[in-house]
Amino acid sequence: MQPIIRTEGLCRNFGAVVAADNITVALAAREVIGVIGANGAGKTTFVNMVTGYLKPSAGKIYFGDRDITKLKPREVMRIGICRSFQIPQLFPELSVLDNLLVAVSSSDGTWPSFVKPLKSQARIDAAEQVLDEFEIVAFRDTIVGTLPQGIRKLVDIAMAMVSKPAVLLLDEPTSGVSAAEKFAMLDTIMAAVSGAGATVLFVEHDIEIVERYADRVLAFYDGRIIADADPDIALNDPDVRQYVVGSEVHRRQEGP
Amino acid sequence: MAKDRTLLGLTLALALLMAGMAVFPQWLTFLVMMSLARGLVVLAVVLQMRAGLVSFGQGLYYCVGGYTAAMLGSLYGVHEVAVLIAATILVSATVAFVLGTLLSRYRDIFFAMLTMAFSMILYGVLVKSSALGSTDGFSLPGMTFFGWTPETQSTAVYILTCLLVYLIALAYHYYQESPAGYLAGAIRENEIRVEYLGSSPQRLLHCKYVMASVIAAVGGLLSALATGHVDPEMAYWTTSGEFVFIAILGGTGHVAAPFIGSTLFSFVQTYAYQFFPYTWQMVLGLVLLLIIVFLPSGLWSLVQRSGSEKPRAADH
Repeated sequence: MQPIIRTEGLCRNFGAVVAADNITVALAAREVIGVIGANGAGKTTFVNMVTGYLKPSAGKIYFGDRDITKLKPREVMRIGICRSFQIPQLFPELSVLDNLLVAVSSSDGTWPSFVKPLKSQARIDAAEQVLDEFEIVAFRDTIVGTLPQGIRKLVDIAMAMVSKPAVLLLDEPTSGVSAAEKFAMLDTIMAAVSGAGATVLFVEHDIEIVERYADRVLAFYDGRIIADADPDIALNDPDVRQYVVGSEVHRRQEGP
Repeated sequence: MAKDRTLLGLTLALALLMAGMAVFPQWLTFLVMMSLARGLVVLAVVLQMRAGLVSFGQGLYYCVGGYTAAMLGSLYGVHEVAVLIAATILVSATVAFVLGTLLSRYRDIFFAMLTMAFSMILYGVLVKSSALGSTDGFSLPGMTFFGWTPETQSTAVYILTCLLVYLIALAYHYYQESPAGYLAGAIRENEIRVEYLGSSPQRLLHCKYVMASVIAAVGGLLSALATGHVDPEMAYWTTSGEFVFIAILGGTGHVAAPFIGSTLFSFVQTYAYQFFPYTWQMVLGLVLLLIIVFLPSGLWSLVQRSGSEKPRAADH
């Protein structure tokens, strides 16, 4: 099967620091990919490059056959690649519904209307449907700035899903969320996203979450991918255990 | 959803102002005209403020509007107001489009200072232009209003001012409720998210800058028609500062706020000047201080507090 996203020799330097070093990888349609790695390993740099926020110093990014290396973030979004952020990027003074309405109206076309009202019934219905899929309808009229972190994360991802993207990149969707809420939150996200048939790439530090939700794991270290395999294989790779996971998985699998 | 009474309110205000024409003394008619004309410039400042940009150079377009009308009238013999309106819109939109290409790349203090710099460049050019009356400026001839030659010019200017302000205020209100209007607040709060929703903050800000410039220029045109005179002070930085002052005074919560702020400012300025001719600026400063302390969201927050208008978070 032809990959939906493919990168070839992707590099990115920040001065003398190499944040991405010759990353070549292909993501298949409807795959769920977990990205792991220590802080500074290049995970977010990879996500930022694929979504147009950072331009690679070298290498190419393809969406199907199309070279998207030089596209701006809004152009990347328009072709069907959306993302969420480690720190939710929302409009904190607007209500949850208004945040979603802005997202829905932006997905209508490239240039927003200056005359027709934002709050049309069709847009409200579309926004409420997304809120329902992410189980946050109860917060519909709450001002986003007053919401707890977990709900903000869901709103952030819900906004990214409004345009029904083919690829969704989630940067640490559970960071800042309590351990007790993490699995319930990921269940909600994965249920909503799998219904839309999107390819999902999520950056995550919690190995239990990666094991449970990912079909495939990309392990980053020092700007490079040091393992690309099924979770069982990747998480037991000697390099991954040494540089990324530590002994945690090993201990858990073998028992006390 | 709270019922929107803006259309009703603006229409009532228009009716009251039209009816008031019969009873207002001349000084009050003039004050209302100037308040509405300057209120348009303040509306232009507010339009940009909602997108997170504070223009300290809106006087540029106030002046462009006034001088376009005055130059066409005095130097080129154009006496039809409809032509002046069209020319003002065209000239201001062209200037704003060119300057906006640069300005839409800047934010915060850099935007504020650059807008002021452009305004002061125009001031400098006008002051040095003896053909345009230098510091004294020059006067406008009498006008026809869509083919009608009024007996008293001021009556026609008053009607024109009320109608134009009504139409622009209405258009602004609908814009504010549109996706583009909401995106102004969204850009102010989070440009990255706007970009990732598929819109270009820079292009949107450029567009809003042109809109604000045209509105301010129409304010300048109406002001020039009301006073019958233009001078370079219209582009001076203190004039632009007054517009920002009034924007803070009125608030950004509703399309009516700039006009309420502008009217109050005119009254305070008039009476302060009458009773404290040497310290009237201090009185204005004191009023602003009190407003900031007790009504940080401006005079319009009084209306919101009264409960007749539901506050919208994006307005603040």
